[in-house]
Amino acid sequence: MTRFISILGKHRRMVGILLAVISLLLPELAVADEEVVLDSGDTAWMLTSTALVLFMTIPGLSLFYAGMVRSKNVLSVMMQCFAITCLVSVLWTLYAYSLAFDVSGMEKGVTNLYSFIGSLNKMFLSGVARESLVFTVPETVFVTFQMTFAIITPALIVGAFAERMKFSAMLMFMGLWLTFVYAPIAHMVWSGDGALMWDWGVLDFAGGTVVHINAGIAGLMACLVLGPRKGYPQTPMMPHNLNFTIMGAAMLWVGWFGFNAGSAVAANSTAGMAMAVTQIATATAALTWMFSEWLSHGKPSVLGIASGAVAGLVAITPASGTAGPMGAILIGISAGIGCFVASVKIKRALGYDDSLDVFGVHAVGGVIGAILTGLCVDASLGGAGLAEGVSIAGQLWIQCKGVIFTIIYTGILSFIILKVLDVVIGLRVNEDEETEGLDIVSHDERGYNL
Amino acid sequence: MKLVTAIIKPFKLDDVREALSEIGVQGMTVSEVKGFGRQKGHTELYRGAEYVVDFLPKMKLEVAISDGQSEKVIEAITKAANTGKIGDGKIFVYTLDQVVRIRTGETGGEAL
Repeated sequence: MTRFISILGKHRRMVGILLAVISLLLPELAVADEEVVLDSGDTAWMLTSTALVLFMTIPGLSLFYAGMVRSKNVLSVMMQCFAITCLVSVLWTLYAYSLAFDVSGMEKGVTNLYSFIGSLNKMFLSGVARESLVFTVPETVFVTFQMTFAIITPALIVGAFAERMKFSAMLMFMGLWLTFVYAPIAHMVWSGDGALMWDWGVLDFAGGTVVHINAGIAGLMACLVLGPRKGYPQTPMMPHNLNFTIMGAAMLWVGWFGFNAGSAVAANSTAGMAMAVTQIATATAALTWMFSEWLSHGKPSVLGIASGAVAGLVAITPASGTAGPMGAILIGISAGIGCFVASVKIKRALGYDDSLDVFGVHAVGGVIGAILTGLCVDASLGGAGLAEGVSIAGQLWIQCKGVIFTIIYTGILSFIILKVLDVVIGLRVNEDEETEGLDIVSHDERGYNL
Repeated sequence: MKLVTAIIKPFKLDDVREALSEIGVQGMTVSEVKGFGRQKGHTELYRGAEYVVDFLPKMKLEVAISDGQSEKVIEAITKAANTGKIGDGKIFVYTLDQVVRIRTGETGGEAL
């Protein structure tokens, strides 16, 4: 939550201490403090951003994914996204917000248990009063805003195991993953001084690491543990409705302004630049993928341009608070090419069935963006400027540390959760069920009664 | 009585319908089908996954006629549906055992 403060640099320590003090004292005192007052402009923007980010999952991501699966599984994708939205909202309220954002026991430069995970002091949102503030916005708004991030991250993973996972196993996986993977990573990157990756100086404005690398690696683990869909890759499994997919991609694009610009937790110049670079990087990446495909296959495709746009959105996410317009173009081109190669060439070559390219777009895009964030923050590239005493090479190394740690942590824990669930209840539907389609088998419904 | 079944390219449907109307054939049944003969399919590409789609969309037309009309009907369909390019389709002629008009109960030639 003090992401945008890091950019300001100078006030970091003061506000960090202020925040720790506020959160330990009674909530009422936060309002009494003269330095932190509710700003209606900031609050209005954050209320809006929250709605925009929820819109990204339902219906944005739902449509994006649903269009790409076969018609017999269209409802299952919608159901999974919707159910995750509901499940995560409740769990976030009960305890996950606390695990992610509580700062009790945290101190800058000190590595203890709370560097990895928050305490349960804010369980059931206790201490979050109507008047509580996080900077200039009500804490309630901040809770819900962060909730929408916690919602979309597991929802992204759906793409990796589409068309073959048991609904019950999926729900359990998501609940456990939110608890043991998302909340800790979010805490380590975003909760402030004393958090592991925050103290390292990792720049992740809106979630390149927390959301995209996280979900992308978990997606890879899921498709490896579950195995490929029956008949893959010989059987044609064409997207049944690309109209849905491109509409979903467009909704993701629009909603992403809440994701990136909203991560400023204020209606200010940082948010302004975040919105601008989001647009620039996304458009650049979409064009890049489109041209790459045109050259490589001979025709530009709808699925290609939509995927390119999403790749750009993913890659600009960590850099949105620090990069400038030219940096955004660099990030867009890199993600367009990198994700294109990963999804179109490498996946085929290595043979894993990442049904909707969660790894190819989110993990690869997230890594590209996370690392380039270290470069593009430099003022010479139009960025907000490196932290005092840190060089480009230094920041690049810090970014790499963050990426590597996340990949290892998420990879191992996601794998364990999946394996345990597989033993206890089984992850996949059986072969006959898979052939018939999840809509009938899991939900007794048809997407289309034509 | 004969049942003439024709598989034609979808966009030729209107031409064939007009041609049959001109020789006095009023009714027909049409369905959308997929198929292939010697015409090759085409490739579709989805994120690097290339699929060869063999089954091509076609229109299937069925008309019930009297024996005497048979030659004229075949000629009309052939001329109207022909493009000269591969995939124009085929005509099959079956012998019809019985025809019944449901509304009135008429049978045989009266029901055509």
